[in-house]
Order: sequence, then C-alpha cells, then structure tokens
Amino acid sequence: MNELRTLADYFIRYPFVRYAFAVGLLIALCSSLLGVTLVLKRFSFIGDGLSHVAFGAMAVAAVTGLTNKTVIVLPVTLLSAVLLLRTGQNTKIKGDAAIAMISVGALAIGYMLMNVFPSSGNVTGDVCSTLFGSTSILTLKKSDVTLCVIMAVIVIAVFLLFYNKIFAVTFDESFCRASGINANAYNLVIALITAAVIVLAMNLVGSLLISALIIFPALSAMRLFRSFRGVILCSAVISVLCAAVGIMLSILFSTPVGSTIVTADIAVFLVFCGLSAILKRG
Amino acid sequence: MGEEIICEQVSLGYETGIVAEGLDFTVSSGDYLCILGENGSGKSTLVKALLGLHRAAGGNITRNFSGIGYLPQQTVVQRDFPATVREIVRSGCLGKCGMHPFYTKQERSLAEQNMQRLGIAALARRCYRNLSGGQQQRVLLARALCAADSMLLLDEPVTGLDPKAQTDLYELIARLNREGITIIMVSHDVRAAVQYASHILQIGAKKQLFFGTAEDYQKSEIGQKFLAAGGAAHE
Repeated sequence: MNELRTLADYFIRYPFVRYAFAVGLLIALCSSLLGVTLVLKRFSFIGDGLSHVAFGAMAVAAVTGLTNKTVIVLPVTLLSAVLLLRTGQNTKIKGDAAIAMISVGALAIGYMLMNVFPSSGNVTGDVCSTLFGSTSILTLKKSDVTLCVIMAVIVIAVFLLFYNKIFAVTFDESFCRASGINANAYNLVIALITAAVIVLAMNLVGSLLISALIIFPALSAMRLFRSFRGVILCSAVISVLCAAVGIMLSILFSTPVGSTIVTADIAVFLVFCGLSAILKRG
Repeated sequence: MGEEIICEQVSLGYETGIVAEGLDFTVSSGDYLCILGENGSGKSTLVKALLGLHRAAGGNITRNFSGIGYLPQQTVVQRDFPATVREIVRSGCLGKCGMHPFYTKQERSLAEQNMQRLGIAALARRCYRNLSGGQQQRVLLARALCAADSMLLLDEPVTGLDPKAQTDLYELIARLNREGITIIMVSHDVRAAVQYASHILQIGAKKQLFFGTAEDYQKSEIGQKFLAAGGAAHE
C-alpha cells in the first residue's frame, strides 16, 4: 500500500513520471496492434532488423550532435522498412537474409561510429542506453511527448481505417491481388507504420527489446483467442497493462524500464500458455 | 452462352524464358473447365494470367467477365491463423468495398448467404485453424463467392484432403456449376476431371496438348494415355 502511495505521490509531483506513463502506454498499444499482423505474416524479425537500423541512425545523429535525433532516425528507418519489404519479393537476396544483413550491418556501423567519434566520455553508457533504453523514458521532454502522441494517433487511425484490409492481406495475399486489392500498397502501409512504431519505442525499451514488445502480447493473445478481432483486442490490453505494471515497478524498485516491461510480457505469455493447455483451446 | 474468356495463341513467360505457348481455348458461361498439367507446365502462370495479374508474352487474352472468385492454394500462414469463419468469408467482399473502411450491411448479409449456401453457417464463430481440411476449403469457397458470383477459379482445391472430403468437395463444386457458376479448376486428378468437367485443357512441356470437351478427351489418344497413367497412379 505504501508503494502505491509513493507512486501516486511521484505521479502528482513529477511531470516526467506522467510523461513516461503517457508515452509508455501509447507505444505499448501501437506495437501490440501491429504485432499480431507481423507475427502472422512471419515478419517477426522485421522489428528486430528495423530497430537495429534505428540504432545505427541514432548513432549517426549522436555523432553529428543533433539535439532532435528523430529528424534522422525516422526517415532512415522508414526508408529501410520500404527496402526490406521490397527484398521480400523475388529478389536475389531473400527476405530473412536481407533483414539479418541490414540488422547486423547497421548495428556494427552504429557501434563503430559511436566509438570513433565519441560524443561523450561514456561510450559504453551511450550504447547501453540506446540498445536497452535504460532510463531515457524518464528523461522525456514535453516536445518528445507531443511528437509521440501525434505519431501514436496516426498509427492507431491508420490501423482502424485499414483494419479489414490489413486482415485480408495478412490472411491471404494471393486472394487479395486476385480480387483487385492492391496488396503491395497495404504491405507498404504496414511496413511504414511498423517503422514509425519502432522509432517511437526506441525511447521506451531501446532498440534491442522492441521485438519483444511487438511479439509477446500477440503470441500470448493467440494462445487463447479464436478470432482475429479477439486476438487484436486481447493483445492490446495485455500490452498496455504490462507496460503500466512495468513502468510502476521500475520506478519503485529502480530497475531498467525496458527490461521490466518485457519481463512482465514474458510472465503473461507463460500464464497464457498454461491457461491454453488447461482449457485446450487455441 | 457468352464467351467469358478467349485465349488466342497465348504464350506466357518471364524474363528468363517462355513457360507455355500456343494456348488456344475459350471458356463460355456455365462451363466447367479443368486445366490439367504436370508441375512446371505453366499452370500457375496461366492462373495468374487469367486473373489479370500476369501479362501474356504473346497472343491475346480477352476477359469478358466482371469479377472472378479465386480459391488459391493454402499457404503455411493460413494453417494456424486465428480468425473466425465469418471474418474470413466477409473478407471476400473487400474487393467491392473500394475505399470504404468497413463492411456495409449488404456485404455482411452477402457473407451470411454464402455461408448458408455452402453449409457452413453453423461454423460461423468457429476458428479457422481448428476446422478439417474440407471445411476450410468450403470457407475459402464461400469467400470466393463473396468476391464474384458468376465465375470461380480454383487452384488444386482437393490437394491434401482425404478421399471422402475430396468427393464431397467435387460434388459441391459440381452443384455450384449446375447453379450456373462458371468453374475453372486447375487439377492433377485426371479421373475426377473427366467425371465432373465439361471441358478439358491439358498443357505439358511448354505447349497445349489438348483442348475440347471431356467426352472428346476420353476418346482422344492423349486422354486415354493419361487416364491409364492417372488410374495406375491412383491404385
């Protein structure tokens, strides 16, 4: 009870705690919406690949000394999303290899840049906070929050408007093409909003843990629910709850925010696996 | 009896080369055409061309129909897909939706009608991945009917089904054909083709081997040869 009172106290007293909650919950919601589609389309690793690209871009931004890093990170990540999607179809390098290549390449170049042109004395600390997000969600400024809210609203609006089409393209691309739906355009939309979510989520969990945020709620929901809508709704609820619990625990016990949220997601996944085994549904 | 598809000396191919040429056939409304051919004979490219997704390298394809309901081969993604039967059948209407973000009342009732028609109305709330292979094909057929109710293009629909489910599906397709729907089916199964189809198109080794009615096919030399081989393969 005492912990809760401390938390409420923090929440009222410090704006950065409120910012952290707002941003955290919005990102959790966006990533869970997309997660279902990405997992079903066998694109689980696109999140991983793009997050490493975002890491590389972040390193470039840090080296150039820009204050607003999103200016570089967002366009680069969007571009990579489009390129990765292209390579998915009939090219010499297959989709999974292309993702692996871009992901590892961006990680290596980003780390090298950070070492060759150190922007602060503590390179290891910088790398660590970009990769694992450590505490940057607690150091958000009001402008970060505004940007995050705008992007989250766009992502959610696009998802709702194209919900039926995203479902159809996820379930069966050949049928969509045959009935005159521009499947490529919708794949592009999916890739672009994925990239946007990843750039958003970098602040919260860091680039390494973004995949977890995208994949775990979706996989948990798929254990129990039979309809696409049910899976989407359940995954959104799980993701938002885990993010809330994770942020609270990390503030109370000073644990890293990203890892705490992902740990909560893993716990829910295990519980849902157990439940589905008991209920024999699925 | 209007001619819905006319192929004149069509050749199909990619940058790497021609996969089939000399395709010359017509499909009239109410026909049941079975396209036979071995793997690599260009069947799947022909399917794409008929759907309007692949441009012919030569010759002419005239498509005089408004819409075509497509039943693709099942993909790995679909086998464990969490979606209800109703959600999937409704997605057949999307081609007509245009920029509408949601289904209209009309489209929802069209989906219900087609589920009734194929006898899967009771499964509407069931999860697709828990259905039997035959039931899954019915769901996809209902979806195809939502997309177009005058012509269906079926790509090896009985693959992977047990014999009973195969017969049921063939009977169902034959019933839809009697109800006036033009059927084009890609298949390996020569025996079922001559039993159910009105016309047969056989392609092999990059060229057309036979086109005509199923009766003529059974009398033809090539038909007898393949029927004998197909029969042997089944035993």
